[in-house]
Amino acid sequence: MPDAPGLELIRGEIEQDHPGAVLDTSFDRDQPALVVDSAQILAVLAWLRDAPGQGYGFLSSLHVADYLPAQPRFGVHYELLNRDRVERVRVKAMLRDPVASAAGPVAGEGASPPSLGFSPEEEDGRPRTSAGRETGRRSSGDTPSPTPPAEGDATLPEIDSCAELFPTAEFQEREAYDFFGILFRGHPDLTRILLPDDYVGWPLRRDFPVGGEPVTFTYNERRYG
Amino acid sequence: MRERQLRARDMLRGDLEGEELERYVEQRVVMTNFEKLLDWARANSMFPLTFGLACCAIEAPIALVGSPRYDLARFGAEVLRASPRQADFIILSGRVSIKMAPIIRRLYDQMLEPKWAISMGACSSSGGMFANYAVVQGADKFMPIDLHIPGCPPRPEAVMYGFNKLQRKIMGSPDQGWRQRYNASGTEEWARGGVRSAPSPEAAAAYEEARGLIRA
Amino acid sequence: MADDPGTGRSAAGPVAGEGASPPSLGFSPGEEGGRPRTPEGRETGRRSSGDTPSPTPPAVETEVMTINIGPHHPATHGVLRLVVDLEGEVVREVRPLVGYVHTGIEKSCEQHSYWKVIPFVERMDYVSYFFQMEAFCGAVERLVGLEIPPRARYLRTIFLELCRIHSHLVWLGTTALDLGAVSMLWYCFRERDRVLDLFEMATGQRMHTRYFQVGGVIEDVPPGFEAKTREFVAEMPVRVKQYQALLDRNEVFLSRTKGTGIVSRERLLELGVTGPLLRAAGEPWDLRKAFDYLVYPELDFKVPVGTVGDNYDRYRVRVAEMVESTRIVEQALDALPDGPHIADNRKYVLPPRSELSTSMESLIHHFKLVTEGYRVDPGEVYYSIESPRGELGCFVLADGSSKPARVHFRDASFVNLQAFREMSVGGYVADMIASLGMLDPILGGVDR
Repeated sequence: MPDAPGLELIRGEIEQDHPGAVLDTSFDRDQPALVVDSAQILAVLAWLRDAPGQGYGFLSSLHVADYLPAQPRFGVHYELLNRDRVERVRVKAMLRDPVASAAGPVAGEGASPPSLGFSPEEEDGRPRTSAGRETGRRSSGDTPSPTPPAEGDATLPEIDSCAELFPTAEFQEREAYDFFGILFRGHPDLTRILLPDDYVGWPLRRDFPVGGEPVTFTYNERRYG
Repeated sequence: MRERQLRARDMLRGDLEGEELERYVEQRVVMTNFEKLLDWARANSMFPLTFGLACCAIEAPIALVGSPRYDLARFGAEVLRASPRQADFIILSGRVSIKMAPIIRRLYDQMLEPKWAISMGACSSSGGMFANYAVVQGADKFMPIDLHIPGCPPRPEAVMYGFNKLQRKIMGSPDQGWRQRYNASGTEEWARGGVRSAPSPEAAAAYEEARGLIRA
Repeated sequence: MADDPGTGRSAAGPVAGEGASPPSLGFSPGEEGGRPRTPEGRETGRRSSGDTPSPTPPAVETEVMTINIGPHHPATHGVLRLVVDLEGEVVREVRPLVGYVHTGIEKSCEQHSYWKVIPFVERMDYVSYFFQMEAFCGAVERLVGLEIPPRARYLRTIFLELCRIHSHLVWLGTTALDLGAVSMLWYCFRERDRVLDLFEMATGQRMHTRYFQVGGVIEDVPPGFEAKTREFVAEMPVRVKQYQALLDRNEVFLSRTKGTGIVSRERLLELGVTGPLLRAAGEPWDLRKAFDYLVYPELDFKVPVGTVGDNYDRYRVRVAEMVESTRIVEQALDALPDGPHIADNRKYVLPPRSELSTSMESLIHHFKLVTEGYRVDPGEVYYSIESPRGELGCFVLADGSSKPARVHFRDASFVNLQAFREMSVGGYVADMIASLGMLDPILGGVDR
């Protein structure tokens, strides 16, 4: 890892080319991190990859963490790796949630956070997704392709997609979108990847309930309750 | 052994008569009714569907049906059938996620009667350790299950034991286990509809019938 | 299915126009006499017993057919769904759709204290469970600043390499099954059962053992373990030779895997692919050698590297890795030091049970650790190791409470799946199945 002085050197050099990009550095538990302004994230990533002497050309991981209740809430982490010097550096871009958290601490994201994914009380027994749409009836060929969200959708935090710079980010940005609702501008195919296509809600946000259901003991309840 | 051979020779020659013949026939011929024969045949030649979801899939069907040590073929599950139309039972081995549930249901619907479903492991029986938004809390919620096997993952021997129980259930004498020993029938959970729910009339009738079979 | 020589490629899909003789079809449709030719121009095809040249085949309408493979399919190694655009037998486009075993493990991890997270993360990539445990425990140990004793490091290495052998055996058995070598399944699973016997001897469980804990391993290995492991380790290279004797020069296996599924090294690096896939393409990148963790710096082992990067190289690399893993286990057993099997820091590690009845502080520590768990100061750590499929990274964000605020796994199969499209497009469907086997995706890791 570049050590703490090395990290400051990197910050200084980035400042020369892209002033105001690096907001902060941290060297915690022997892991260097640069906190970067999310508007200039592509410039910083490209600089780290291409500038002579840097060579962080391998994106190990792109993931998001929700720092609620701290604001700004979403941290998009880019774990970069220089394979020649075997050094890692982390780049963080913090994003705010455009939907003001004045709506309440456990807002519930507008739509009802589904706990099961389908309602079991359906009469004909056919499972339905949380959005009410019937599943299980689609034939194999004509799965309707889900529409990516419109850009400029003001309810989702946005950041530029680095899929051009690092093609490995394609699936990982889709996963970040799927779990947190972060819009990556310029991503070739920003759709849900792990959750069902018609799922409503961003499950890994900290104010989304974990789901599941309580175990019932109906015999006792009926007899004694 | 030698004696049996001599008697067989006598029988073939037509020399056995009367009581000896009676005893000979009794020892070799089974009298039963056709349903029981059918059930016995079904139970001992069940072909599973190749279906694996997650960790339990490595223990069974792969380690169980496709492994030299724990060999399910000796109980009749000779081949794994890839097409649901040709399979007799499905082992739900692994956690059932909400995206996969409709597909499993469709697979189950495609299977032809008679068919059975084994829910292997904690995750498909009840959601297991994953009490969250992504896992269906028990495959009973969307399809009928005939046998639940606990474990995470259950040992292959446990699955074999469960399979034997399923065979006995098919042959008409389901093993109610502790409910029979402790006279605890009526404690099954009808959790599908919530706390104040009751089973549907068909389910209640089937349950009564099963109870009658045991009491009788 | 066959292209009409007259209208040729006009009815074909979007990826048309490959030049003179597209080898992907096996014959060039633009031949005037209508007789199929191989890419070398040699005439093939049936001739009538006389010498009349066969007439031009009638015009055949072609279209690109989209078929759906999976999620329930004998060859998909889990619940992977592939939507494939086929032109005849040639794959024009493939879209992997995943998420059919998404379990929300990362969300569940946020609800449980740190040591309770260990069984959750184990079940992500369900054939290499020790690796997930190591990634998570390693990350938390870095967060907390805990040193693990040498015996624990060696034991962890032994179990990690045994798990690597286990994972490669499962891979070899199932992939050979997909390619038609059915008996390989039986042989590999026989060996796999022996590995599981070792796990059961040491930990009580065959799979998902929760053996690694923050600070070391939960229990020391029992007395017969070393002898039994040495037995296994001595026999394993012999078995690998037998597997190689079955497959290495098998005509069918070679023609299915040689020259198929090639992706260049640079493209693989761009796509973030690591592990045996990258090494088969010629890049000697292995995190065990690059980042010194556990006791790998003290052990002598080689990292097998391929040349061409086709499916055959991937097969050879993994089989060679199995042999190297046995060597690592043997060396680690030889060098296994005595000492405690878990760190001594009672703030994070459970005290031994024998002390609970005599020491009040131990009882209190035990109580606090089991009920609430230890608190970790705010911070975040990303720690990655070399799993059988590639780089397995664990990101843990701690917020000062006793539960992690975010656990994220950078799973190797998830990222490697992005290379699948490049491996299969332009080849035949059968080669796609071979590539899928050699890619070795474990859908539990992909979907988490």
